[in-house]
Amino acid sequence: MRFVDFLAQVIRIAIPYLFAAAGGVMAEKAGVVSLALEGFMLSGAFAAVLGSFYSGSPWIGLLCGIVAGLLFGLVHAVASIRYRADQIVVGIAINLLVIGITRFFLRLAFDSSSNSPRVAGFSEPAQGNIFLASLSNPLVWAGLLSVPLLTWVMYRTPFGLRIRAVGEHPEAAETLGIRVPRVRYGAVALSGMLAAMGGVYLALDQHQFTDGMTAGRGFIALAAIIFGRWDPARAGIACLLFAAAETLQIQLQGTQAIPSQFVQMIPYVLTIVALAGVVKRSVPPAALGRSAD
Amino acid sequence: MRKLLILVGILLFIHVTLLFVRPPGAAEEPEGEAVDVGIVFDVGGRGDKSFNDGAYLGADRAVETLDARVRFIEPGEGSDREAGLRLLAAEGMDLVAGIGFIFTDDLRELATEYPSIAFAGVDYAVQVGDDGKIIPPPANLAALKFREEEGSFLAGALAVLAGGSKRLGFVGGMDIPLIHKFEAGYRAGVKHVCPDCTVIAQYAGVTPEAFRNPGKGKELALSQYQSGVNVIFHASGSTGLGVFEAARQLGKLVIGVDADQQSEAPGHVLTSMVKGVDAVTYDAIKRVKEGTFKGGVYSYGLAEGGVGYIYDEHNKRLIPDAVRARVEQLKLDIIAGRITVPSTR
Repeated sequence: MRFVDFLAQVIRIAIPYLFAAAGGVMAEKAGVVSLALEGFMLSGAFAAVLGSFYSGSPWIGLLCGIVAGLLFGLVHAVASIRYRADQIVVGIAINLLVIGITRFFLRLAFDSSSNSPRVAGFSEPAQGNIFLASLSNPLVWAGLLSVPLLTWVMYRTPFGLRIRAVGEHPEAAETLGIRVPRVRYGAVALSGMLAAMGGVYLALDQHQFTDGMTAGRGFIALAAIIFGRWDPARAGIACLLFAAAETLQIQLQGTQAIPSQFVQMIPYVLTIVALAGVVKRSVPPAALGRSAD
Repeated sequence: MRKLLILVGILLFIHVTLLFVRPPGAAEEPEGEAVDVGIVFDVGGRGDKSFNDGAYLGADRAVETLDARVRFIEPGEGSDREAGLRLLAAEGMDLVAGIGFIFTDDLRELATEYPSIAFAGVDYAVQVGDDGKIIPPPANLAALKFREEEGSFLAGALAVLAGGSKRLGFVGGMDIPLIHKFEAGYRAGVKHVCPDCTVIAQYAGVTPEAFRNPGKGKELALSQYQSGVNVIFHASGSTGLGVFEAARQLGKLVIGVDADQQSEAPGHVLTSMVKGVDAVTYDAIKRVKEGTFKGGVYSYGLAEGGVGYIYDEHNKRLIPDAVRARVEQLKLDIIAGRITVPSTR
């Protein structure tokens, strides 16, 4: 396998992680635990397929996916900020809710409990060259750009400064006149939209929705965030690393050289080793999970 | 806080009220000697165009021709499965069927608990004791198994003869013995007609999630196709949908599984290795109705028509007549016992 193909595969696998990790960093920096990434992604995937199916345009699908992420982000925000529910519980609840809702509407719209019909997507069959097909997918570019963009927003804009402030010390931020809930609402809503785009990418790349198709990718993104010490750039690198491990696993599984059980362990072992040894102490935002009064 | 309590109270009230609402028609039970059948579906549920739909079709036929009354339960996540079976057993159904290997332990447990009810498990994983002998299932439990390796053998032979490459691909879902049967048969089929061909076999994962991860399936297939593979046989549920997508993108071929998957990527589906879940389900219901139901292990292969491959107007142009004749001959050889197909790797 050529190096370009390897790289292209790493990037294709990393895109959903990058979107979800970008969204997760945003919410967690604002002090809201982001366990619902998986749910945001799945809702985005489903809404994108609905939109693309009824309009025939992947762009409408993308828009629908983002709106779905926004809606579930707002549900998360209302429950955890307005009603100060435990953020971990809210996150898990949203994940379960989205699994149920997508399945329900899948049955309603397409009369199937497992997958939707084929819809229009960005990567039309280019017959032969998947590398070029990947490059022609705007969501690949958006995913790659999401991390530098997030870094810029977090460290170069007043909004980013406010997000970091409410995540570290909401009381202090409040005395400076920052409206803590409002900043958190914004961060969580944006987080939902970003993570949903990861789901949109997955679904449109497959040209269909499959029940539970995110398959734990939201949690891998969460691991990447912790691995990256809540820093957008480091989390992005962590995503690429996880994707590279997965690609390696796929490539090595084809050869008979190493027992497949060992090969399939690679991503998990890498995660544990990285979290336990390589990374310096991973310090979350000080006010993570704490609601501001 | 009080507002919340009132809200919860109202919701609870509505919930409890709805428990007593019965849709019109639900109350009237047809009289007579009808068989009551309860079926619990596997992950994926109805509309998967494959496994569960097969069981549904078989049950549907039983409703029409055998006057069976069938109740379906589609479990959500994990723990609901056992609860679904238990509910049906407790309601005193004549036959309770679990569709999928995943019900194995639950069925065995319930069959001992309700000895007067007939149980059936499609793809039931028969246990093997320490001495290598098969531990028979309880007397009221029929283990309905397929010899997938026989159908997969033909798929492998077909892949070599019609694919035009010495590298053959296999994408499995969860890395478990049931899926290894597909791989083993496929490998044997490939080697039988082309001893120096290589089979690249890959699995999507080690959890049930591996059956519904099309993203992973697509990446596995893309890397196989890029390494010179022309035909991939998948046995991976919804994960396989990604394999079809990859075949479309690169203009390659796929062999579908369980049901005729021609429509997933028209023009790219060489054939499908089909399992007669419908016939088997129907058969079990029929035997309960006739009072001839017996527990034990039932095995359906090429000879019984339990497995097979698709050859029709959609894939005719992909399969030359000479190839078709060769594969048909292999089929006869397997049925006659001249070829024995391994079921383990």
